[in-house]
Amino acid sequence: MSVIVTDAGFATTDWAADLGAQDVLTLASDTNPHTVDLSAAPKLVRVEFPSSADGRGFTIARVLRDHGYTGKLRATGHVIADQYAMARRCGFDDVEISDDLAARQPEDQWKFRSDWRQNDYQSRLRRA
Amino acid sequence: MYKYSEFDTAFLAERNAQFRAQVERRIDGSLTEDEFKPLRLMNGLYLQLHAYMLRVAIPYGTLRSAQMRQLAMIAEKWDKGYGHFTTRQNIQYNWPKLRDVPDILDALGEVEMHAIQTSGNTIRNVTADHFAGAAADEVDDPRPVAELLRQWSTDHPEFQFLPRKFKFAVIGSEADRAVIRAHDIGVQLVEQDGKRGYRILVGGGLGRTPMIGKVIRDFLPEEDLLPYAEAIVSTYNILGRRDNKYKARIKITVHENGIDTYKELTEARFAELKPQFEGVDQEMLSSIRAQFAAPAFRNAPTDDFDAAYKADPVFRAWADTNLAAHKVEGYAIVSISLKKHGETPGDATAEQMRLIADLGEQYSHDDIRISHEQNVILPHVHKSDLPALHAALKTLGLATANIGLISDIIACPGMDYCALATARSIPVAQEIAQRFDALKMEHDIGPLKIKISGCINACGHHHVGHIGILGLDRAGVENYQITLGGDGTEEATIGQRTGPGFSYEEITDAIERIIRAYLEHRTDAQETFLEAYRRLGADPFKAALYPDKAEGKANAA
Ligand code: HEM
Ligand code: SF4
Repeated sequence: MSVIVTDAGFATTDWAADLGAQDVLTLASDTNPHTVDLSAAPKLVRVEFPSSADGRGFTIARVLRDHGYTGKLRATGHVIADQYAMARRCGFDDVEISDDLAARQPEDQWKFRSDWRQNDYQSRLRRA
Repeated sequence: MYKYSEFDTAFLAERNAQFRAQVERRIDGSLTEDEFKPLRLMNGLYLQLHAYMLRVAIPYGTLRSAQMRQLAMIAEKWDKGYGHFTTRQNIQYNWPKLRDVPDILDALGEVEMHAIQTSGNTIRNVTADHFAGAAADEVDDPRPVAELLRQWSTDHPEFQFLPRKFKFAVIGSEADRAVIRAHDIGVQLVEQDGKRGYRILVGGGLGRTPMIGKVIRDFLPEEDLLPYAEAIVSTYNILGRRDNKYKARIKITVHENGIDTYKELTEARFAELKPQFEGVDQEMLSSIRAQFAAPAFRNAPTDDFDAAYKADPVFRAWADTNLAAHKVEGYAIVSISLKKHGETPGDATAEQMRLIADLGEQYSHDDIRISHEQNVILPHVHKSDLPALHAALKTLGLATANIGLISDIIACPGMDYCALATARSIPVAQEIAQRFDALKMEHDIGPLKIKISGCINACGHHHVGHIGILGLDRAGVENYQITLGGDGTEEATIGQRTGPGFSYEEITDAIERIIRAYLEHRTDAQETFLEAYRRLGADPFKAALYPDKAEGKANAA
């Protein structure tokens, strides 16, 4: 089982649980985001993080957003609390982690970073 | 000089609070060492051979005296009374305790300094020409651009978990004093038809596969820098190899895909990113520039300097080697050598740091630089102040007259500190420096760069040393390979191996044989070692190194 993390903390139910297979697109971390076909307009794109050291998913998310994807984006796998703000800033809406990881890194550690818009150098350099 | 904005201060306070919490969570077990590792590395904390090591950034190598004093305080309070200046304009503390690190970071924050992104697979401290703002040959001071890049790369959400570390260096002149060609991205300020812009190089690096950076844009308009840099790194994050850490640097990505493909992908990404930058970064750049305005130079006679130069041979020797031309008449750029013969290259005690801070405040408009050659620079000293400055430096062993000479050696920590080392490097540097000091040949030999690494990772830049020394392990015995003809300047060249290596006991003699061959073959004292090598090739040096090949004296490794 898994836990969904949002700005509000741990969610007990997954809003996406009832989506049909055609509405969900899952991308491995070695996907080239520039060639992903979004024409079927999935409601949810899940980007896999096989390891917290593998940061490709952050670029995948940004490129999908830059290519006009406006549906929900989820980071799933080995994402740690300290990466929550990065995931949000790159365009993810929520993060899906294992129960194990949720037990080891409880909700308060994730909520510590829930004000992810604060102190953001990059948005400050992009537009006024 | 740059003063933190309210934003910088708030960012740093939050970041330090986060790291304090992370350290507590590591100590209470909610973070595993595997999970803690990337987080501590993002905050400059390494695990070394004997203890943790904290690497503190000195962005673009520039310090105010108050910052230097704080570095001295930290060395005394939380370390063993000294610090080590590195080849990437950082200072390393070799003995901090994990529990103390959050307090050290707060102390750094008090003087607008940090250890963020000085390690880990992210964009590292942005380095710059250590003569910036003082050199006569520059288009403009490169530091404001380096500061802009520092802000852009800090905590960049997309680039904290890259395939491998990523290093920028920035220069403002044709002369390359920051080795930009051995960086992942090199930025050179240029002017074309009266317009400012940048020449951008990509894919340089040393390590086990040394590569010289390639030009990806010969002229990038000023306002495009951040989106273009973002495009290069974004392309790398997708394309860079993650299956083999020795092939993960961008130099390999560019090499394997070819610069043309890499450029094509970068340009496509750039087109997507460019509209996202609305131009505020350029406004910020101009306000940063204003903070780097040149100090009020004075117009005064230099009689005191001229008199001391005539009367005092020790002062004269120091002035001849340790001063560089300043853009303003009557001023000099002073290099303070951290390479006293027999000492560890790049080490400074707390007492020395405090003296340098005082002298920087008194004589150099509160501006102090750390060079990638592990020396300290006072960039703006009026010549009439030089005799007093020299006298003060002498009191703490800081007046060694060897800048650019054979004993001004770059050496990595090697076996003395580093867990990856295959050989000692600091003791080799010490022995070579002492040998040529004893022979009193140093000034006759003239400009010569020796660079030493204690393993193939090449932290000591041996590939770009005129003489490079690489310490390896051959069946449990230290073996030193020599390369000749390397050059880290705008004519960047990777040195060529001479042949079999030498044992620890033999290496200093081997270097002496090379030097004697040079002295014998040079056309006159004006021809430097590097010029002689380029004219003659390796043969006369090989003949000196391996006088009797048949006997197989040099152990064939
Ligand atoms: C003592 C702990 C240290 C460790 C474990 C260490 C480790 C490494 C490793 C593994 C590399 C190769 C990375 C690669 O090519 O992908 C490297 C490169 C490098 N290190 Fe270190 N290093 C240490 C200390 C230092 C020090 C003290 C300096 C400066 C004096 C330094 C400066 C560099 C530089 C300039 C490179 C350049 C090669 C490049 O990135 O192209 N390192 N280091
Ligand atoms: S070159 Fe090797 S021995 Fe020297 S500091 Fe780097 S990793 Fe350590």
